[in-house]
Amino acid sequence: MSRPRYVMTVDTKTCVGCNACVLACKSENGLPEQGYRDWIVTETTGAFPNLFQEIRSERCNHCDRSPCVSACPTGASYRQEDGIVLVDPAKCTGCKACIAACPYGARYVHPRGFVDKCTFCVHRLTAGKQPACVDICPTDSLTFGDLNDPRSAVSRLLKSRRHKTLLPEEGLLPHVFFLI
Amino acid sequence: MSDISRRSFIKIGTAGAGAAAVGSGLLSQWWGLDSSAMPDPQTDGDQVIPTFCELCFWKCGVLAHVRDGRVTKITGNPEHPLSRGRLCPRGTGGIGLLYDPDRLKKPLVRTGKRGAEQFTEVSWDAALDRVAEGMLRLRERHGPEALALFSHGYGGSWFKHLLKAYGSANIAAPSYAQCRGPREVGFELTFGQGLGSPEPLDIENTRCLTLIGGHLGENMHNTQVQDMARAISRGAQLVVVDPRFSTAAGKAKYWLPIKPGTDLALLLAWMHVIISEKLYDADYLQQHAIGFDQLKAHVADKTPDWAYPHTGIRPELIAETARFIAGAKPASIIHPGRRTTWYGDDTQRQRAVAILAALLGSWGRRGGFLLPSGMDLPAFPYTSYHHKPKTIADKPKQTLYPLAGETLASGLCDATMKGDFPYNLKGWIVYGSNLIQALPDPRQTQKAIEGLEFMVAVDVLPSEICGWADVVLPECTYLERCDDVHAPSYKEPYVAVRQPVIEPMYDAKPGWWIAREIAHRIGLEDYFPWKDSFEYAKHRVKQAGYSCAELQKKGVLRGKQVPVCQEEGLALSFDTPSGKIELHSEALKNLGFHPIPEYSPPEEGPPGMFRLLFGRAPMHTFGRTSNNRFLSQVFDENEVWINSRVARGLPGFEERPLKTGDKVVLVNQDGVKSNPVRARVTERIRGDCVYMVHGWGHTAKGLRYARGRGASDSELITRYKVDPIMGGTGMNVNFVRLEPLPEQLS
Repeated sequence: MSRPRYVMTVDTKTCVGCNACVLACKSENGLPEQGYRDWIVTETTGAFPNLFQEIRSERCNHCDRSPCVSACPTGASYRQEDGIVLVDPAKCTGCKACIAACPYGARYVHPRGFVDKCTFCVHRLTAGKQPACVDICPTDSLTFGDLNDPRSAVSRLLKSRRHKTLLPEEGLLPHVFFLI
Repeated sequence: MSDISRRSFIKIGTAGAGAAAVGSGLLSQWWGLDSSAMPDPQTDGDQVIPTFCELCFWKCGVLAHVRDGRVTKITGNPEHPLSRGRLCPRGTGGIGLLYDPDRLKKPLVRTGKRGAEQFTEVSWDAALDRVAEGMLRLRERHGPEALALFSHGYGGSWFKHLLKAYGSANIAAPSYAQCRGPREVGFELTFGQGLGSPEPLDIENTRCLTLIGGHLGENMHNTQVQDMARAISRGAQLVVVDPRFSTAAGKAKYWLPIKPGTDLALLLAWMHVIISEKLYDADYLQQHAIGFDQLKAHVADKTPDWAYPHTGIRPELIAETARFIAGAKPASIIHPGRRTTWYGDDTQRQRAVAILAALLGSWGRRGGFLLPSGMDLPAFPYTSYHHKPKTIADKPKQTLYPLAGETLASGLCDATMKGDFPYNLKGWIVYGSNLIQALPDPRQTQKAIEGLEFMVAVDVLPSEICGWADVVLPECTYLERCDDVHAPSYKEPYVAVRQPVIEPMYDAKPGWWIAREIAHRIGLEDYFPWKDSFEYAKHRVKQAGYSCAELQKKGVLRGKQVPVCQEEGLALSFDTPSGKIELHSEALKNLGFHPIPEYSPPEEGPPGMFRLLFGRAPMHTFGRTSNNRFLSQVFDENEVWINSRVARGLPGFEERPLKTGDKVVLVNQDGVKSNPVRARVTERIRGDCVYMVHGWGHTAKGLRYARGRGASDSELITRYKVDPIMGGTGMNVNFVRLEPLPEQLS
C-alpha cells in the first residue's frame, strides 16, 4: 500500500459561507483573536441581474511544491511525507519569509512569536478524528482523506466532480481542491 | 476503512471513554500518518457534557468540552436530530456568551431615571424582595392582569408559569406578531394547522426548493441548511425570489429579483400558470380541497403579463418558473419563511404560499410539508391556576385582529399606554427579550415603559431593555443551568436535556431559581413544588418511561418514529371548518376579509429614498449576539447594501462617490437618523431598496463591545403596517436616504 496523501475537498456548490469552519478551527486550536487558519471567500462576478457567485472555505493548500518550506531559513516549516505542511513553533523565529513566499495568504504570526497555519488538525488525525472544520460543517461541504486510497471519499469526489485548485499558474500543486 | 462513517467514531460521554472507544482499530485508517511535532492544543474536554444550544431558538444538541473547569469548545452532538453533530457558527460561539466580560453579574436596582442605565448592585434577597413587593402592590392596586410578561428563550417557561399562577394571561413574545405569526395564521386557515418550530419541511427530500423572501443559508437554521445542502447534492434545484442576490440565490437555477412588496402578485401569477396549464395535483385536490373553482376564477386574470409591471419579473420567467416548480411536485416546497411580518398583508401572502402548497400537493407528502408529532411527556403536577384572568389586553376593544392565535407583544405594549383597551397594563416582566430592538418604533416602546409602575428585566447581558427596568436580575447562561426538557414536534421524535456544564459564574442564577424564589415571596409556593429544575425535568422524563441517566449521558433520547407523510401511510386530515384544505376561506369571508388573497400594490416611498429591508447573517441572532466577541471575529458590524449603479449617482455624494467601506448615515422618511454604518456597494441588490443585517447599532452602555457598532434597523422603523387579520406588524414599509459622513473613516 502506498503512503497516504492527505487532501481536502471543498464543495462550493453547497458551502453557504457561514464561517462555522472558521470558528470551529479557532476554538479547537485555541487561536488568538487575530489569528485565522481558515477563512471564507465570496466571489461575485457579473452585473445585476446576471450574477454568478462562488463561496469558498479556504486554508493552507498543503502544496506539494511548498514555497514556504523552501523559504524557511530554520527548517521550522516542513512537509511531512503524508503531504501535510507544518510549522514547528519551537524552531520558528517569526522571520515571515514563509509568509512572503505563500501566494495564498495562509499564514499569520502568532502573538507568541511563531508563524501559524492550518495543520489539517494533525493532532486530531492521530486520534482517529477528522479536522475540526470538517466535523462542524453544517453543509457537509468539507471532505478530508487520502488521495492515494481510491476508495476514500475525497478520491471518489475528485473522480466524479469537476474541480479546481487556486492559483494553478503558480505551479505549487496545491492539495485543497474546490468542487465546482 | 475509508467507507466508515465519520459518525461511527464520534463517541459521546466522557472523553476518556470516547478515546478508548476510538482505540486501535480506527487508528489504522491513518496508518501512514507521520508522527508530528505539532503540540496538541489541549482543547478536548476532560468532561464532555451534552446539552442544547440557546444562541438562537433552533435548540440544536451540543457537546460542551470542559477542561479544568473551563469550557474550551462546543461541538455538535451527533445523536441530536437537529444538529446531527454539526453546528452553525453561533453554536460554536456559546463560549463567547459564557465568557462575555459584559455579562450581568449582580442583581441591580435602578437609581436614576428610566432608561438612564443608572443602577446600584444589591443582594439577591434585596432584589427579590423588591420584585415581590412590586408584584404584590400591583395586584392590590390594579389586579394581577395589569402585569405582563414578555419572554424569549427556553428558560422563559418558568416565568410564564409564574405569571399564570399570579393570575395574568398577558404573556407574549415578539416571535409571534413581529415574526412568524402571519405564517401560522395563513397555514391554519388553509390546512387547519400552523407550522411551529422547527418547521416540518422535508427539504432534504425535495426536488425543488423555492425561497420567497427568506434567505436560508444566511438565515442559519442549522437543520434546514444541512437539508438544503443535502438536497443540492442530490440534484434538487433552487428558485429564489429576493430583491437581493442572497447566498441561496447564488446557488439557484432561477433568481427572481422581485420588486419589494409585490410577492403576492408573483404568487398569484404562478397559480394562474399552474391552474391554466393544469400542472396541479388534480387527484390530491379532488380528494382533499375545497374552493378550487373559486380559486380558478380568481386567478383567471392574474396572468404573468399582469404581474410583470408589478413585480418587474418578465412574464416568460414567471411562466417558466411556475412550470419548473410544478414539474417537481409533490416534492416541491415553497418555503414559507419565518419572519413574515413585512407589509401588513402578510397573512394573505402566506395564504397564497399555502394555497400553492395545496396545488402542488406537497402538504403531507415526502419532499414537501411533513406532519410530525412530538413525544408525550406528562407535566409535573402542580396546583391548578385558580385565578381566572381577565381577557388578554392586547387588542383594542377586543375586536381587531380576529385571528391572532397568540398574544401580540406589540399589542401589550400598546395596551400599556393607549385608551381603547379593556384595561391598562401597569407592570412588565421582560425575560430575555430586548424589546427596544424587537418591537417596531423604539420610541413608542420607551413611552410605554415610562408609564409603568413597575418593571423587571431578567437577562444574561445588559441589553437596552435592561436600562429601563426598576430591577435587573442576572440570569446565568444556558451552559450554567438546567431548564425544562425539550420535545418538539419533529419527523424523528426526541427529547433533549439542557443541563449545566459548569457552575453559574458570578452571582448569576438560573431562571427556574429566580421564578421559584419570587413565587415563594408572594404566596405562590404551591405552584413551585419542585426542589429544582432537575427534579422537574426528571419527573417528566421518568413518567414518560425513559431513563434520566441515559438522557443526561447522551443529551437526547429518540422516540418511536411514526408516519409523517402519505408515502409512509399517514392519512391526511384537516382541522379546518370544512375538514378540507380551504383554497377559498369562508372564515375569512365571514370576517370581511378576502377569502382568496387579493393583491394590492405597496405604497411607494418618497422620491430619492430606498425601501429599508433587513435580514440575518449566519453568525448572529438578532441583537442578542452582537456583543459576542468570539462571533465578532467573523462578523463585527453590519453594513448597508446599496446597488452599485445607484451608488454612482447618489445625491450628496457628488464630490466623493460612495465606495464599499465608507461610513454613511441613514435618514428615514420621518427624519430619524441612524448611527454611522459602513456601505457595501454591490451588484447584489436592486436599486430601489437597501438592506442591512438586523440587530446592530446598540446603544446600551453595558454592551461595551457592541455599542456603536453598525446601525440599528429598528431605530429606523418608525412606521409599521398592522395586519388586520392577526395583528402582525409589517416592518418593511420604511424608506431611507443615505447621507455622507463629513469626516470619512477610510
